[in-house]
Amino acid sequence: MSRRARMLFALVLAPVMSLASMGQALAEDAQRWAVNMPKGVTPVSNAIYDIHMIIFWICVVIGIGVFGVMFYSMYAHRKSRGAVAANFHENTTAEIVWTVIPALLLIVMAIPATSALLSVYDTAEAEMDIKITGYQWKWQYEYLGEDVAYMSELTTPEEEIYNTAPKSQYYLQEVSQALVLPAKTKVRFLITAKDVIHSWWVPDLGVKKDAIPGLVNETWAYIEEPGIYRGECAELCGKGHAFMPIVINVLEKEEYNAWLGKKKAEVAAVRELAKKTFTLDELMAQGEIAYNRSCAACHQINGEGIPGVFPGMVGSAITVGDVKGHLDIVVNGKSGTAMQAFGGQLSEVDLAAIITYERNAWGNATGDLVQPIDVLKFKQGQ
Amino acid sequence: MAHGPAKGIGRWLFTTNHKDIGTMYLWFSFAMFLLGGFFAMVIRAELFQPGMQIIRPEFFNQMTTMHGLVMVFGAIMPAFVGLANWLIPMMIGAPDMALPRMNNLSFWILPFAFALLASTLFMEGGAPNFGWTFYAPLSTTYAPSTVNYFIFGVHIMGASSIMGSINIIATVLNMRAPGMTLMKMPMFVWTWLITAFLLIAVMPVLAGAVTMMLMDINFGTSFFDAAGGGDPVLFQHVFWFFGHPEVYIIILPAFGVISHIIPTFSRKPLFGYSSMVYATASIAFLSFIVWAHHMFMVGMPIGGELYFMYATMLIAVPTAAKVFNWVSTMFRGSLTYETPMLFAIAFVILFTIGGFTGLMLAIAPSDVQYHDSYFVVAHFHYVMVAGAVFSGTAAVYYWLPKWCGRMYNETMGKVQFWISFIGFNITFFPQHFLGLAGMPRRYADYALQFSDWNMISSIGAFIYGASQLLFMFNVIRTIKAGTPVSEPKTWEGAEGLEWTVATPAPYHTFSTPPEVK
Repeated sequence: MSRRARMLFALVLAPVMSLASMGQALAEDAQRWAVNMPKGVTPVSNAIYDIHMIIFWICVVIGIGVFGVMFYSMYAHRKSRGAVAANFHENTTAEIVWTVIPALLLIVMAIPATSALLSVYDTAEAEMDIKITGYQWKWQYEYLGEDVAYMSELTTPEEEIYNTAPKSQYYLQEVSQALVLPAKTKVRFLITAKDVIHSWWVPDLGVKKDAIPGLVNETWAYIEEPGIYRGECAELCGKGHAFMPIVINVLEKEEYNAWLGKKKAEVAAVRELAKKTFTLDELMAQGEIAYNRSCAACHQINGEGIPGVFPGMVGSAITVGDVKGHLDIVVNGKSGTAMQAFGGQLSEVDLAAIITYERNAWGNATGDLVQPIDVLKFKQGQ
Repeated sequence: MAHGPAKGIGRWLFTTNHKDIGTMYLWFSFAMFLLGGFFAMVIRAELFQPGMQIIRPEFFNQMTTMHGLVMVFGAIMPAFVGLANWLIPMMIGAPDMALPRMNNLSFWILPFAFALLASTLFMEGGAPNFGWTFYAPLSTTYAPSTVNYFIFGVHIMGASSIMGSINIIATVLNMRAPGMTLMKMPMFVWTWLITAFLLIAVMPVLAGAVTMMLMDINFGTSFFDAAGGGDPVLFQHVFWFFGHPEVYIIILPAFGVISHIIPTFSRKPLFGYSSMVYATASIAFLSFIVWAHHMFMVGMPIGGELYFMYATMLIAVPTAAKVFNWVSTMFRGSLTYETPMLFAIAFVILFTIGGFTGLMLAIAPSDVQYHDSYFVVAHFHYVMVAGAVFSGTAAVYYWLPKWCGRMYNETMGKVQFWISFIGFNITFFPQHFLGLAGMPRRYADYALQFSDWNMISSIGAFIYGASQLLFMFNVIRTIKAGTPVSEPKTWEGAEGLEWTVATPAPYHTFSTPPEVK
């Protein structure tokens, strides 16, 4: 082959070959110029990858056949080359053949597809359960039976998103607390949502499932390799859709057990902290952090909200009115609106700090101080 | 002979002439195409680099939503209704559409629907921001208050489509020239007849979906609200029961157009006319029983999942038959490559690629990785843009000389084709990679590993966008100053009644029906 012909050949085959051989490419470049799905680290993700490749190659072969005939006649049967049109049409044999062959191919595809789907759905005999709840715009992970639950939110700072600071390596893929899971354990995920529909997608696990308010969906993963795996919300859920990533930290079983023990102790400590009395300054400082993390996405950092969509809080009836009303809306949310019930999402300390902050920031100088114990009493009293 | 067109603006406001109404539909659709294209340019400009550069995420969501709604309901559907108005009476030898006044009405309510929809961009709360699929409860409980304008707009569009469809069915079934049996009808007429039935079947379902939303939002019902005993998944079933036939509503008339153009420039009859008719009918039938393949991730029972997977895979059979038919028509023909033929060939290639990815998406287990990713975005743009838009463009170049009696500039047409073809592929081919690598759709911002393909895709989008301005220029130039042509048959290999009337087509054609043998 001449050099030009070789180059042409390489160009034509490049998309096909790169799809096929991407696994061997250098790790970093492979990630940036990735052209295929990851094989992943679970039996399901491997099964998905295999069937994906089977169908892909069948399509490539059919494509070469169909386009081959087409390009041949485009070249050979040009009028400028003196081609005279034949007049054949309607051939029952041909039509039966090109109906039966695709139908047979479909059966060939349907067999592995069915068995892969059965394994996607096989949630039986899981060794542990994680309940995953989607919120606008964060995830809550609950270790069922372990009394451990926490929120997992994006930690990429606004400055990186709005280009005033350089973007870090895991831009939009870093969270406050990763979901920690043990390796080589069959984990069942129970997935739901509190507000709109979200979808929990981690490509390396071969897991995607819609998180739907009022329904609990289930899926599962058996992760072979310890490591960090990243995923995203896959169902449009409002303006923070691109900003609620998933990070999973998979540990060896012993490490995982140690982590879980530490986590339980932390939960107890936070509970203890709720009995403490704080000063206004302490609450304001904590409140600013917690507000910016949990409230500012809608009500904005300056408390002014977005007119017509999210109410402002500067001098509003709630933030400068009765404390009870303020507690009620933060703890229980407001049904029929985007205002979530934060009672189950945040600790008493954070709830108290946020309410105190909202009542004293941006010129809302009510001087009101809400202690964690007040929040606890409010929750118990209702 | 009847009178000619009225003078002044009244000609357009009160016209009952199928050619005038067809022209208005086509210009309206092109205007919407530019508007929806502008929204797409905003989206691709924002996605050119990671980080938010020119708009904010809440506005990004309005752009994706409006792009989808304007393109599907404002650009593609009216374009094919416009073609139907112009061509169906001329193809079946009828003097006009069966219900000319309703024809006028069904066009003239459309600009109001889109004015309502577009006006929300300037309102407090912004335009609809919940995607063109408007899943509840994001589109109900959590929607901006402008959602009511959107609902009213959808109702008007639906009414317009239903009236248009009734008109097409009445025309095709009652006004064919003597001797033109159903199985002698041109393919474009056949595909539109079937499409019209699809529209009448599913437009009321869409109207039902938005009416239930209206009730949930304003009158305290809970169709889609789990807290009130409703079900958000019900919305998706209702929507996709409309939405899946909708994609065939868009693509079937495109099949019809291609089935005219390829035989013409191959100088050879369509290989299997009757099998094309049956394939079209079976695709239409299958479109009603596969809707939940858009919902493989909602947690259906495995039996449902398997059923929808198998049924969806079946669509490959009649679709493949169509592609084989077009290729066999070209085989041993006498081919020339005028602009309409170039677009038609590109249609077959790119639509086939879109068909392959469609087959991949039908496989429920691997859909776990494809669903709601850029792979889906790539797939449906291969079908909608390379399918519907390319065939619409091909149709305009093909019939424009007949409509205005002037020939377009062939070189400019070919240049536009190549820019479109290359720009389109640079835009959408990399989106397959992005989706497989894990980038979800409708993302205002993305992780760094997706930067490179996104930048390439954006560059392609600007190229493709620019090529449409060249198209507009070529069409306007043709109408104003193209080389006059007068032979009834513009193309050597063209067949059909529309090529037997004078060029340009007189205001009234077939006042006495022709005889079809």
